[in-house]
Amino acid sequence: MSTRHRTRITAAALACAAAATVLAASCGRGPSSQAAGGTGDAAEKVYVAPGQYDEFYAFLSGGFSGNMPVYALPSGRMLRDIPVFSQYPEKGWGYSEQTKPMLMTSYGFIPWDDAHHPELSQTDGVPDGRWVFVNANNTPRIARISLKTFDTEEIIEIPNSAGNHSSPFVTQNTEYTVAGTRFSVPIPQADVPISEYKGKFSGTLSFIKVDSATGRMAIAFQILMPGFDYDLSHSGKGPSHGWSFFTSYNSEQANTLLEKNASQRDKDFIAAINWKQAEKCVADGKAVVTPSRYYHNVMGENQIATSEVLTSTKVLTPAACPGMVYYLPTPKSPHGVDVNPSGEFIAAGGKLASVIPVHSFAKMMKAIETKDYEGEVSGIPVLKYDDIISCEVKEPGLGPLHTEFDDKGNGYTSMFLSSEVVKWRVSDCAVLDRIPTYYSLGHIMIPGGDSRKPWGKYLLAMNKITKDRYLPTGPELNQAAQLIDISGDKMKLLLDFPTVGEPHYAQGIPASLIKDNQLRTYALADNKDPFGSKSEKDVNVVRKGNRVDISMTAIRSHFVPDNIEGIQVGDSVFFHITNLEQDWDVPHGFAVTGAHNSELLIMPGQTRTIVWVPERIGVFPFYCTDFCSALHQEMQGYIRVSPKGGAPAIAFNAPK
Amino acid sequence: MNRTSRIVVAVAALALAILFVAPMWRVDLKAPQYPEGLGLRIWINQIRGATPNGLNSINGLNHYIGMKAIEPDQIPELRFMPYVVIGLVLGGLLVAGFGRRRLLYAYVGVFLAVALAGLYDFWRWEYDYGHNLDPTAAIRIPGMNYQPPLIGGKQLLNFHASSWPDVGGWAAIAAVTVIFAIAVLEWRASRSAARPVVAPAAVRGLPGSMLA
Repeated sequence: MSTRHRTRITAAALACAAAATVLAASCGRGPSSQAAGGTGDAAEKVYVAPGQYDEFYAFLSGGFSGNMPVYALPSGRMLRDIPVFSQYPEKGWGYSEQTKPMLMTSYGFIPWDDAHHPELSQTDGVPDGRWVFVNANNTPRIARISLKTFDTEEIIEIPNSAGNHSSPFVTQNTEYTVAGTRFSVPIPQADVPISEYKGKFSGTLSFIKVDSATGRMAIAFQILMPGFDYDLSHSGKGPSHGWSFFTSYNSEQANTLLEKNASQRDKDFIAAINWKQAEKCVADGKAVVTPSRYYHNVMGENQIATSEVLTSTKVLTPAACPGMVYYLPTPKSPHGVDVNPSGEFIAAGGKLASVIPVHSFAKMMKAIETKDYEGEVSGIPVLKYDDIISCEVKEPGLGPLHTEFDDKGNGYTSMFLSSEVVKWRVSDCAVLDRIPTYYSLGHIMIPGGDSRKPWGKYLLAMNKITKDRYLPTGPELNQAAQLIDISGDKMKLLLDFPTVGEPHYAQGIPASLIKDNQLRTYALADNKDPFGSKSEKDVNVVRKGNRVDISMTAIRSHFVPDNIEGIQVGDSVFFHITNLEQDWDVPHGFAVTGAHNSELLIMPGQTRTIVWVPERIGVFPFYCTDFCSALHQEMQGYIRVSPKGGAPAIAFNAPK
Repeated sequence: MNRTSRIVVAVAALALAILFVAPMWRVDLKAPQYPEGLGLRIWINQIRGATPNGLNSINGLNHYIGMKAIEPDQIPELRFMPYVVIGLVLGGLLVAGFGRRRLLYAYVGVFLAVALAGLYDFWRWEYDYGHNLDPTAAIRIPGMNYQPPLIGGKQLLNFHASSWPDVGGWAAIAAVTVIFAIAVLEWRASRSAARPVVAPAAVRGLPGSMLA
């Protein structure tokens, strides 16, 4: 820690203490710090008039919400919360029969996860607005979300992994999205003493092929790595296209109290992966087909999700594929690894480092060519730090984490401890500007800021601590985000808004690349749900043993049928509701008393199914939960439940 | 008929063929909930929504007021209108080919009669949809009917309905206007040919009879 920083922090702490005694106000939230936020013309810059559209979509990860909220910038308006890894009763996601398979894993049905890093698909290194990927950290998975429907279309489980954090960063043309183990584990899993971490635990770095036409994912190969924690990643572009970079910490290979034991070495590593070399080795049969079991879930075009269980992956070791992996020494437990738009410079955020090292790809290639290594770790060549470094950003602040880039040759790095964004010039690492954020900044996002084409107008800072930024809401507060104008020489704070879940990374893209491609309704004529009804004449109620299938329609403002009899206590009643509407933004909802799951929210043309097991006799109402029309309150029906064995025949009303 | 008249009549008659590639009439409905627009496009052989599924949406809305669903398959005019239009095109070409004035006058008469009959028929359908309502409909307003205007605009509950010719309709109107004008010019030319030293005053008069 430099003297200058220590002085600054101490001074700030003293000022806070003084303010607290004098004003009896909480620190940092007096009028003076309010003035620090926002400039005179900030309101004008973020004001998007009613009926006008924002300039950018921003996809924020929901973090521990497991989902992906979408915001509009610069206004900070929330557009949608896309259900991904977590059950979402509001939308029936993970509750309806058609969506339940999406949350299947080799561990069974998993109702929650921790979604970290959204990543837009790219063509030629530029976000193309087709899909956004996001990783599940807890039960390792990657999801692909369509930007035509803003719905999750596919989730693939990553086997031989634990803590899928360094994911799902894409290669220049979305050839691959990647995954890595934040937590090394025995691979394959085994019952071993934890103390045998060194030697028995490994990491993997996985490359998941993305079909360029459909977006469908398939695990191409996994690279078995030494047992470090693989933290974050970014892929090369331009000259570095063909390479992917993963940070690692805990090269000490500690298995307890990592906060201390994994912070001992001066330098950990960035793993540079030559994936084109890996492809060659796989083609040459160097990979070992290894048994594993993992799920691949796809939402079909028929709007029904299916799961496939896969049973092996191809595993490559660095020893079997020379030239595939190199270690770049990087100070102090590096977190983010970010490649600048030209693809030449690789910045790393050493959480505990006093500098931001910027590696040069050209120098790295030269060092590899001359085989001028510092040594080897588990057979992986370690390059010499001094040989590959382009420059170091000196005294950037404290706790550098993540770097994004603008289109003018500058990098912007988030500083967790000193709670600020620092702007620096990539060519010579000179610090140009800094701006405080509120508080403890994690990720930052510039639209296109990790691509070849940043739209360098705004920077979104996503903070971990909120404290007094908004009206208080008890012990738990939503996370805070700040929008910063980066169009000029000096950064300016424009806007401050709360976000849902815990946004880690985010992606931004001009609205023009997405907004005109939106699906408005599902074509009823194409509805292929086996229990769907294309018209009110197709409805039916059929009993098979204890199972009753009710094919029902919904259209403003009635269900058909809306009187159903002949149900018995303990039946499994499948309500298959087809929304007959073909009009934009006219979903219908469905709910029935005592359901143990959720409502259904059915888009026009869709069929969605919920299972209801009545537990008592009586007549129970069901109704539309989405205020669809002037006579929405009339959109209701009754289902009669009789004692087991004592029910009348199935009866229902419907047009002949 | 002189050469120019014959060419103009032929071109105008051919212009009617636009009715096969563009709608004849448009009915647009405006309400706050439909910023993307809602409406009907009436072709000589079909009725479509102005937006995908628009017809479906209109039928869905109309069920609240008890209006019958608009089902193009149930409208016989849509089946024979294409033949009428083909007849008018061929008729125009025949008139141009023969170049006989009497044929031209007869053609203009038939054309106008067809147009007026078509408009009347359209009005009759509108009247039927607007007045023949299900007496058990959710929304019943005594004295209210939902007949859209033949031409022009009208407020119908939360919708402002407007009805105007569409591209094909304007083409037909232009065609009939041009052919009518040619008939007038030809009639005047025939008068002046009969009496070459006619006084200018006589020219000012319009034909008393189309078939003169």
